[in-house]
Amino acid sequence: MDKAVSTDKLTKRFGDFVATNEITFDVAQGEIFGFLGANGAGKTTAIRMLCGLLKPTSGSATIAGFDVYRQTEQIKQVIGYMSQRFSLYEDLTVRENIRFYGGIYGLPKTELRRKADEIIQTLELGTVADKLVASLPLGWKQRLAFSVALVHDPRIVFLDEPTGGVDPITRRQFWDMIYEAANRGTTIFVTTHYMDEAEYCNRVSIMVDGRIKALDTPAAMKQAFGVDSMDGVFQILARGTSTK
Amino acid sequence: MMDAIQIEQVSKAFADTQAVSDVSLTIQAGELFGLIGPDGAGKTTLFKILVTLLRPDQGKAVVNGLDVVRDFRKLRPLIGYMPGRFSLYPDLSVEENLSFFATVFGTTIAANYELIRDIYGQLEPFKNRRAGALSGGMKQKLALCCALIHKPDVLFLDEPTTGVDAVSRKEFWEMLHRLNERGLTILVSTPYMDEAGQCDRIALMQTGRILAVDTPGGVENLFQKPLFAVKARDTYRLIQDLRAAPFTETCYAFGEYLHLTTRPSVTAGTIHGYLTGKQHEFVDIKPIKAGIEDSFMALMQDHG
Repeated sequence: MDKAVSTDKLTKRFGDFVATNEITFDVAQGEIFGFLGANGAGKTTAIRMLCGLLKPTSGSATIAGFDVYRQTEQIKQVIGYMSQRFSLYEDLTVRENIRFYGGIYGLPKTELRRKADEIIQTLELGTVADKLVASLPLGWKQRLAFSVALVHDPRIVFLDEPTGGVDPITRRQFWDMIYEAANRGTTIFVTTHYMDEAEYCNRVSIMVDGRIKALDTPAAMKQAFGVDSMDGVFQILARGTSTK
Repeated sequence: MMDAIQIEQVSKAFADTQAVSDVSLTIQAGELFGLIGPDGAGKTTLFKILVTLLRPDQGKAVVNGLDVVRDFRKLRPLIGYMPGRFSLYPDLSVEENLSFFATVFGTTIAANYELIRDIYGQLEPFKNRRAGALSGGMKQKLALCCALIHKPDVLFLDEPTTGVDAVSRKEFWEMLHRLNERGLTILVSTPYMDEAGQCDRIALMQTGRILAVDTPGGVENLFQKPLFAVKARDTYRLIQDLRAAPFTETCYAFGEYLHLTTRPSVTAGTIHGYLTGKQHEFVDIKPIKAGIEDSFMALMQDHG
């Protein structure tokens, strides 16, 4: 079975609050999957369960075939993660960050060196390879953070609002990188508040109050709701009832 | 009409970073004015200068007729400021936060309730909840109430919608329009280009400089090159093939379509022929009018 993510009635309760309520969906290997929802809809809780960081209350889920209850260490080996708040160490250099993360994932020394050279070359960071990450422009950091999240060749990478705050050209260069990674077979699981980015996904789900209220290709969703943009779909679906 | 904000050749540097470079800008009383730009554009530094929290290295800024350096004490009660970072006391309740800000400015919630009725009404069911336990959208509404409770003449909102979902963003802008209709001058910054259209006028900012100041329509009209929206079945291959095409200047993803700028006198027919030759299917090409984001990207490139 070639599923990067597969869930069945996955649920998380905090006391009497149901953060994620019986969500059931699959993501195919190599797919770009947009995981949308209003603030507080339950996206972060769902992602934490999928990454093996939070035990579900009920239901089941596998990531690249590994069980989220029992095989969390295996899951961590096959996923990459990047959030808007950088996962990079500001007071390490570009090269040190790559080697640090590669080291954590147990890449051998020669492989580490090769990866570092490859990333630095691909991102054209040659002139700043030994500069502190703190000194880089935001857009460069974001692209580096993405490459670092892929340093151990994960099957699936989780991107949590990866493009917040960057300029429109950098935002698109970032999506170029996402397309390239997907084209090489990496599954992309991405959240965003930019509705134009929802259009770049193969399929999109929209969460409202802990449930998945719609899941389809952007084109099919727009057609189903009779609107011409994903923003239109989102405005109809995501209003929800939550006033937490 | 009177000017609410006058900025003359203001510059500010931190260590070796020039945060704001020689910015001049005039905002009229009653305007809803947007500063549009990505992180690092200098928006927050400019805000801090205008709300008297930072002194400019050079230049001069006047808000409501008062100099931001010399007259800062007189100016502070007249302005409301909502910083980009959550600025409330997380351990105080919703009501305690509001009451605290009212007291600091020597007023009460009751005295100016009318101005915040609209917004605070939605928060009142949770008035005893700790501010730290509110959702993102609710925090943002409370912060807005706290910035309004002393009935300022000019309101400064630094990225109030960053990280906020598309539905809450729309509601927030509806609130701003209602406040603006009551005569409040509002200066608001945002990294979301699609919000520019909500403003009377906008300034596009990038790396400390202003790229353009105009109405949203005026900014769109700055875009001069031929522009096409292009779609085909395989988007990834389409981007690559269009970028390699001899007629292409730039090609970027724009939602469902790609936006393609070309050399002069290129037609949809030329592009179609090229793409058919590359075995693209379901090709759709239409000439379009530029949006704010197209203009911003073109201006960024012109400024290197």
